[in-house]
Amino acid sequence: MQASSKPGLSVNIVTNTGSVTPGETATLPMRMTISNVNFYYGTKQILFDINMGIADKRVTALIGPSGCGKSTLLRAMNRMHETVHTSRLEGEIELDGQNILAQDVTSLRRRVGMVFQRPNPFPKSIFDNVAYGLRINGIKGSTSEMVEKSLRRAALWDEVKDHLHKSAYDLSGGQQQRLCIARALAVEPEVLLLDEPCSALDPISTAKIEELLVELKSLTTITIVTHNMQQAARVSDFTAFLLTGQMIEFSPTPQLFTTPSDPRTEAYITGRFG
Amino acid sequence: MNARIKWRRFVSNFMLTLTGLCALVSVSVLFLILGYLLYNGGTSINWAFFTQLPKPVGEIGGGMANAIVGSAKLLLAASLLGVPIGFLGGIYLAEFSGSAVASVVRYAADLLNGVPSIVIGIFAYSLVVLPFKHFSTLAGAFALGLMMIPITLRSTEEFLNGVPRYLREGAMALGASKWKTIASVVVPAAYRGILTAILLALARVAGETAPLLFTAFGNRYWSEGWGQPTASLPVMIFTYAVSPYDDWHRQAWAAGLVLLGLILIINILARTILSRGITVPRS
Repeated sequence: MQASSKPGLSVNIVTNTGSVTPGETATLPMRMTISNVNFYYGTKQILFDINMGIADKRVTALIGPSGCGKSTLLRAMNRMHETVHTSRLEGEIELDGQNILAQDVTSLRRRVGMVFQRPNPFPKSIFDNVAYGLRINGIKGSTSEMVEKSLRRAALWDEVKDHLHKSAYDLSGGQQQRLCIARALAVEPEVLLLDEPCSALDPISTAKIEELLVELKSLTTITIVTHNMQQAARVSDFTAFLLTGQMIEFSPTPQLFTTPSDPRTEAYITGRFG
Repeated sequence: MNARIKWRRFVSNFMLTLTGLCALVSVSVLFLILGYLLYNGGTSINWAFFTQLPKPVGEIGGGMANAIVGSAKLLLAASLLGVPIGFLGGIYLAEFSGSAVASVVRYAADLLNGVPSIVIGIFAYSLVVLPFKHFSTLAGAFALGLMMIPITLRSTEEFLNGVPRYLREGAMALGASKWKTIASVVVPAAYRGILTAILLALARVAGETAPLLFTAFGNRYWSEGWGQPTASLPVMIFTYAVSPYDDWHRQAWAAGLVLLGLILIINILARTILSRGITVPRS
């Protein structure tokens, strides 16, 4: 246990290597808070009274069987759910203490970036893909410097630096996904949401991305949806387990995987269903 | 081998032959027309055809320089009218309209596409020719432009709808507004298909004769500006082909070949431009 002099602040955020002691949870500053969220598609309720916090500069994983609402919850965090007209969200989601539902949606999404299940580079060059967010947001400064920085952060620079002007589709699936991460990082989001980013990738590409996520913690706050429990255990500091739209358990990752408090969590992580 | 299997084999072979034959017939019709046109047009065409005005009736020689330029002007003005309206309307239909509005507009566009071209001609006549009291390039272009709208609109809509949802989401997740997403990601991803469709529309109206008969009318001399009657290749082909003079028949063949050549050039140019971009791979 670390002694925290000021309540609400952790003493060693940056040096933390991935494991969080249970007592630390209460003292970590939260980047986002989700309070009493109910979510509907039409009349069908998808999420039931979800409450959780996304700790600053940590990785939070959302796990659960297919259809449990984990992707829906993630998409609500940067209001991507609004692209479906029948969707309805009740409750509050706050970013830095401000309700995201009351903000301008484009500036919110610039602050809360997203990487999707399937790599989705634009039909543009590698360079233009990364520069896209800078251009549409009118971010001043040297575009090529920013592109290089983002590609380095996404651990892709060395592989693409000699053909930045080639089509993004010439890259492999794993490289395309890292390109999408670089594209999201270029606008320096405060929170990065990843929706099963490795489900379309081979094990080697997956390992690279997992390694990358752990490194990115020092830069940004990460929330990742994953099917893969081992992945959640490897990369995350906190894990939320969802089942049929309900939050069953939300704990520091080591605790959730070693001493789950709910029998349903235990049943899921030991592979009895899902 | 029992009779059942033999019968199945027979049906399979019979249908395969039938479909193959039909494919062959449709292709050979095209090649027959092309070959006939190339032969007759090729032997009739000469340099004078491109550089000279038509000679008075009874004199041998002359050309259709005015009709070539006239057709080019008609197509240019028709595109300026039809392409922006069809393209922007297609964007509205695909990206903004509710399904009720969209189905009404779509239905109207399909109807407009099915209106006989001669009726379009009459419409342009009463709307543009009558108030100005004379035939003009603009009136002809108006009629052709109207015909381009539904084709451009429907194909723009279809190609935009074909852009995968994940590309739109990718742009929106970076803070792009809907308008920016459309302009910087959706349209660029669909532009090849849209441009191809516009070219098809252009090729289709390039050969239209009926709507020009009483809008652009015809002219045996140069047509200055946009307010005068003008010669055009399809109308010249019509006039010359039904005439009793052998030399005019010869020139009609040459005009047919030139019209085909014009369309081919537009196509090749566009395809060269198109081949430079990056396309979304099919999956």
